[in-house]
Amino acid sequence: MEELTYIVKRILQMIPVLLIITFIIFFGMRLIPGDPALLLVGNRASDEVIAATRARLGLDEPLFTQYLLFLKQCLTFDFGESMTLRAPVTELFAQKAVITVSLTLMTIVFAILISFPLGYAAGVKHDSKIGSFIDSLSLTFVSVPEFLVGLVIMLIFALRLKWFPVGGWGDTLGERLHALILPAFTGALGTAALVLRNIRGNVIQVLDKDYVDFAYSKGLSPWKIRTRYIFKNVLISTVTLLAMRMTYMLAGSIVIESVFALPGIGQMMLNAILARDYSIVQATVYLFSIIVLLMNLLTDIAYSLLDPRVKLN
Amino acid sequence: MRDILKKQPPIFWAAVIFLLLVLAMALAPGLFTSYDPIAQDMKSLLQKPSSAHWFGTDNLGRDIFARVVYGARLDLAIGFFAMLVPAVFGTVVGLTAGYYGKSIDAVIMRILDIFTAFPLMVLVIAIVAILGSGIRNLFIAIWLVGWREYAKLVRSEVLVAKSSEYISAARTLGYSNARIMFRHILPNVVNSAFIYAISDIMLCMLMGASLSFLGLGVPTPTPEWGAIISEGKSFLTTSWWIAAFPGLMLALTGISISLVGEGISKRLQKNG
Repeated sequence: MEELTYIVKRILQMIPVLLIITFIIFFGMRLIPGDPALLLVGNRASDEVIAATRARLGLDEPLFTQYLLFLKQCLTFDFGESMTLRAPVTELFAQKAVITVSLTLMTIVFAILISFPLGYAAGVKHDSKIGSFIDSLSLTFVSVPEFLVGLVIMLIFALRLKWFPVGGWGDTLGERLHALILPAFTGALGTAALVLRNIRGNVIQVLDKDYVDFAYSKGLSPWKIRTRYIFKNVLISTVTLLAMRMTYMLAGSIVIESVFALPGIGQMMLNAILARDYSIVQATVYLFSIIVLLMNLLTDIAYSLLDPRVKLN
Repeated sequence: MRDILKKQPPIFWAAVIFLLLVLAMALAPGLFTSYDPIAQDMKSLLQKPSSAHWFGTDNLGRDIFARVVYGARLDLAIGFFAMLVPAVFGTVVGLTAGYYGKSIDAVIMRILDIFTAFPLMVLVIAIVAILGSGIRNLFIAIWLVGWREYAKLVRSEVLVAKSSEYISAARTLGYSNARIMFRHILPNVVNSAFIYAISDIMLCMLMGASLSFLGLGVPTPTPEWGAIISEGKSFLTTSWWIAAFPGLMLALTGISISLVGEGISKRLQKNG
């Protein structure tokens, strides 16, 4: 019951934050120089056409009325039609979200597969050669930008070895999964490097704890000690970090999508900004903000589930 | 300061030397190359690395080595100055929030919430979109969002330091709030912000390069590593050198900053 009150309270707290966010998004977009109606119909259009377009887009209404309309859209999640793409924004977002969300999920799976075993090994063997090798590898991938890693991976696996497509999105499920592997791997390397360093640090700390020594002297099997004592303690901060990275990836997919020409949300956002498509930019930033706020809440809940010492309040 | 440099491993010194070299390139690019980084030469397009053009030339006949050398100035400047302003501002905000607590803290934390709810990359790109691309706007964009981490970091440290005995002693002595904040608390909480600032230089540099790569940062033909890599992207299979050398510089500079940061942080944590 206590948990439920906490969750309700947190969701209620999100409302004023979201309201301010809508305000910033709306008026921020209006600060961008350039008339969207003019961009849409071109410079040579007659004054009547421009006026008609402005009316169709609702740009002739007073600014405050436009803002209220945007607020209504935010509440109903119906963001009207895209100014440039002539399709409902919500539908477009859903279409593109499939790509970006699949990319993020695959990235997280890869990152976990890479970082958990390596991080654990680096922690247990932290004064050996293997430990310091894994360490320098992770330091490298933290310090190199994603687009560079992506280009190198693309050069090796797509252009030279031709194992994967250079970019784009397929038509069948098989093609699509195939197209996602390289971009997901690129994103996973940076994330894995961060997670790995975190796991390593935690493992070293936990290994020092008295209860681990005690578990050994009690004669517990090494496997049980690893899973019950070490892994469980390491998991808490790792989950937080992964959740943070996941929100970062959902939003930061712009770079990877651009390198591998994946038509996801990031690409849509970038194009929309360049074309002054208010409707798409507003909706995307708003929906992203909700996702981030919800992810933060989920992380806090996961935290208390994993660690009985953490109380939700 | 001398303690920090004592007994550092050779790799730390290798990183320091490399960074000094990059710094020298940034300060006096003319010492390294006689080519003009933006001069086009239609007689030598897409040439392989040679004794005349160490890193080859691009599709406009520009010398890649010169572009990489001159690019160092912008990349280092973006990294350093994009870090500096938010680091100072965020530290002061965190110090204020943590020290005064109560309603001041609550207001600052809500503002932080709002800034945290925006995904970083989206926010930076949106700001660049609003203000237009270009170096000045890139700085403004990173400044507007970069202070969050410092504020959070410093605030949490201040909350711990505030309850120490030396602070109550300073209060008993009747020192002003400003004096306690800046003379007594700040020196004790600044370490973690300082350590973060070093890696932040790298993060800002990578952010600037990424934005230029997307075409939202430095305008052409200004030499900047991310922008040069972006130009070389379409020549990856035929003229690899255009993207490879600035890529290598960017990677090595990033790794070197991380190595130096790690070396310093290990020492500071041991002392503290």
